[in-house]
Amino acid sequence: MIELTGVGVRLAERDVLDGLTLTLPERRIGVAGANGSGKSTFARLLNGLALPTTGTVRVLGMDTRREAAKIRRRVGFLFTDPDAQIVMPTVAEDVAFSLRRRGLPKAEVAALVEEVLSRYGLAAHADHPAHQLSGGQKQLLALCSVLVLEPDILVMDEPTTLLDLRNSRQVARILRDLPQQLVVVSHDLALLADFDRVLVLDQGKLVADGPPEPALGHYRDLMA
Amino acid sequence: MTGLKLLGLAAGCTVLVLLQTPAALAGAAAVVLALYAVARVRPAAAWGQIRPVRWFALALFVTQLLLADLPAATVTTMRVVLMVALAGLVTLTTPASVMLAALERGLAPLRLVRVDPFRVSLMLTLTLRSVPLLTDLARRVREAQRARGVSWSVRAFAVPLVVGALRHADALGEALSARGLDD
Ligand SMILES: Nc1ncnc2c1ncn2[C@@H]1O[C@H](COP(=O)(O)OP(=O)(O)O)[C@@H](O)[C@H]1O
Ligand SMILES: [Mg+2]
Repeated sequence: MIELTGVGVRLAERDVLDGLTLTLPERRIGVAGANGSGKSTFARLLNGLALPTTGTVRVLGMDTRREAAKIRRRVGFLFTDPDAQIVMPTVAEDVAFSLRRRGLPKAEVAALVEEVLSRYGLAAHADHPAHQLSGGQKQLLALCSVLVLEPDILVMDEPTTLLDLRNSRQVARILRDLPQQLVVVSHDLALLADFDRVLVLDQGKLVADGPPEPALGHYRDLMA
Repeated sequence: MTGLKLLGLAAGCTVLVLLQTPAALAGAAAVVLALYAVARVRPAAAWGQIRPVRWFALALFVTQLLLADLPAATVTTMRVVLMVALAGLVTLTTPASVMLAALERGLAPLRLVRVDPFRVSLMLTLTLRSVPLLTDLARRVREAQRARGVSWSVRAFAVPLVVGALRHADALGEALSARGLDD
């Protein structure tokens, strides 16, 4: 459960987000809007990477201002550019890196890594350098490194923007089967089409909120 | 084993600093080559370790040649290239996670001065990981310049490279926080 109360974010003397009061119990929530409308800032609010200037953001009952570290343990975050979030040189090492603070025995870490990599078709690349993967594979690796921690909520900031159509569709299929609550920022209207709820931002304000069809219709009109 | 390799690397670098003549460094080069052969590193992989510093090495050689003389330029340049080669040999033969763990153990005394060994070793690992990304960025910047017909200029190359590197560092920092590594 995500709750925003009177949330505003002011950066460099500009209102990047303004007057957001929202309760988000739905399982799959999309966020659309023009470039610079505040979508990334919205996403970053949900795990305390960004803090509100006014109002409060509560995630899983915790205030992001007070318990960001705890929240991050339960909210996974996927960025647009996988190169920025892959930390270790090889595929398996990067996934294992996520688990290091769990203090699990080596064999257990190896088993968890193996399991998640084979679930997403990367097992054959386990020992390959991460920078040699294709763009789509890198994004899958970044996703594996997040999912291995079994977060309760997954926030994604334009996860398919750098992917081709086939890889975007694969990510869309994967998202469909995930049990987590999802908040997905995207310009990919096909990706959001079967979501439970879509928010549309324009210049930091919420201008549409509801089922995908009318909300995305509103977004299309904005872009026309 | 990894701890030994790192100690060996430190010792090797010390010896390289102490060697003063081109002949001695040629001997050191032979030793380094032999180590690569023993570790069965493919020549392409070996070159991959040196490649990122080739322009730096050239610039160093030319500067030394202008400021001092040929023997001095040879000694200084070979010393740097051989150090990079030794460090490269360690990285090529050690998985990063193993190195991270070994460094963390080796750096444990830093706790006495309130430095977190994990942070230091993570920083070193990230530096290694950044090399292919920066090489890639440099290639893209050069291509973009060629595409626009810009002739070679240090400024036109350095500015987008530095901006790109800073942006990457920023994104990386945020990604580390998101993965819960700053608490
Ligand atoms: N750290 C920052 N400092 C100043 N302005 C920022 C900062 N981060 C974002 N902005 C500005 O806030 C606005 C919204 O940014 P962002 O949330 O990234 O939008 P989107 O993801 O929808 O493109 C942009 O105009 C951007 O320039
Ligand atoms: Mg954005």
